[in-house]
Amino acid sequence: MTAGFDSHYLSSTTNSFLTFAQQAAPEVLPRPTAGIAQVPQAPEGTTIVSFKTGHGVLMAGDRRATMGNVIASHTIEKVHAADSRSVIGIAGAAGLALELIRLFQLELEHYEKIEGTPLSLDGKANRLAAMLRANLGLAMQGLAVVPLFAGVEPGSEAGRLFSFDVTGGKYEEVNFHSIGSGSGFARGSLKKLWHPQLEDGAAVRVAIEALIDAADDDSATGGPDFMRSIAPVVHLADASGVRRVPESEVLDIASAVVAARAEGDRS
Amino acid sequence: MSTPFYVSPEQLMKDRAEFARKGIARGRSVLVLRYQDGIILLAENPSSTLHKIAEIYDRIGFAAVGKYNEFETLRQAGVRYADLRGYSYDRADVTARGLTNAYAQTLAAVFTTESKPFEVEIVVAELGRVAADDRLYRLSYDGSVADENDHVAIGGQAEAISQQLAAVSTADKPLAEAFAIGVRALSPTGGPLLPVANLEAAALDRTTGSHRTFRRLSDPAMAELLTTAQPGDGDRQQPAEGGGQPGGPVEQPGKPGKPGPADGRADSAGADS
Repeated sequence: MTAGFDSHYLSSTTNSFLTFAQQAAPEVLPRPTAGIAQVPQAPEGTTIVSFKTGHGVLMAGDRRATMGNVIASHTIEKVHAADSRSVIGIAGAAGLALELIRLFQLELEHYEKIEGTPLSLDGKANRLAAMLRANLGLAMQGLAVVPLFAGVEPGSEAGRLFSFDVTGGKYEEVNFHSIGSGSGFARGSLKKLWHPQLEDGAAVRVAIEALIDAADDDSATGGPDFMRSIAPVVHLADASGVRRVPESEVLDIASAVVAARAEGDRS
Repeated sequence: MSTPFYVSPEQLMKDRAEFARKGIARGRSVLVLRYQDGIILLAENPSSTLHKIAEIYDRIGFAAVGKYNEFETLRQAGVRYADLRGYSYDRADVTARGLTNAYAQTLAAVFTTESKPFEVEIVVAELGRVAADDRLYRLSYDGSVADENDHVAIGGQAEAISQQLAAVSTADKPLAEAFAIGVRALSPTGGPLLPVANLEAAALDRTTGSHRTFRRLSDPAMAELLTTAQPGDGDRQQPAEGGGQPGGPVEQPGKPGKPGPADGRADSAGADS
């Protein structure tokens, strides 16, 4: 057959976009190049925090990407909705990380369209782990990406969150987790501030506090930038879906946090 | 030793076309029509899981009649085509025209070279940014394409439905009203409305905030639309009484629970001829 769909399109039996693209058009996919002696310097994304709220999960990330001691971007967005029920945030080599997010979003959408039903939350997390494992070659060369994945199972109120390592290991976290260079400081902050029944507004505030703490002590993490009106990206996922908290709202909460700290002389 | 018969190309094509047409005529109809904020895809389909209507991409919907396995193959190929193109370039670069071309080429190639043509008819619907850019493409078993304007029907009773809707324009009507007109046209002429349990419906909706505009209408949602539209339904030959009740009358032969093929070809009750 010369015109129309070639045989891959009509005879493929896979419900995975990645598998299909590997068969039909491998050149469009990111792939490890063998034998690079030295990995070129590339921007890296940093701190992501995520925790369970009263009726779902929250995920937030700062907006900075660094390249060595240079700030590569002030406005990068590292937390995205994966689909209408889950969110993904990535730390590590920014170019690969954003590509992985795009591929993962498409993977979920593709499955949903081919099968007529969405993947389960565990299914999504396992799929993400498999995609990381496929990226191991690049990770070994120093271009590692580490995601954090959270969401709610359709019909359920409780949020769940998963962390991963570069080899594709998947670990379900109990209450909260943080990844990236500022994660140690952010996690310390969450240990003091987090509690199980946080409402949306209070949850956003806790996330901002954690990110400000991370930005305070980690040079690769950016705090809220009032001069340019750049706020951290905050996503909430619950039974009604995923929504991004408007930037203006986040900035308002951030200024309240900063004001409270100045007043208490806690800076 | 048998001598191969000579069959003229005209006869060969005619036979194939007739074969495909017969297969399609046995299926229940599908109707795609525009309304003021988008496009409605509507099918008579007792199965709630074997779909005749589907999402291809952000703004592209798919509707088909005929043999389930054949149009399902084409649907999946369309999803793969759209997703791969959107990933390689950008989501904005996936167009119904490109997809329709691929379908047309595939159908034409199968029609002329394979031992049996596809017994399917397809509608590819694309939602424009503005109403004037909405597109409805109708594809036949032999790969021929038609660009329709306001509404398009395929399947067994396609002609009867098109005739009924010939004088009606739904493109400037709200969702509920256009939906009720569609259900009326799909239901037997002069008979009661099809119960919502036997309908499958979806809309490509210009007003959704998300990049994915396709949404399925559940049975309760369809019943509600019919109830909303009832006052304005008087211009049809048959008032829509009883159609608004979701639990509706139960005289339909193929109620849920019957795991028959989605296109309803197992029973020829709905056949035109």
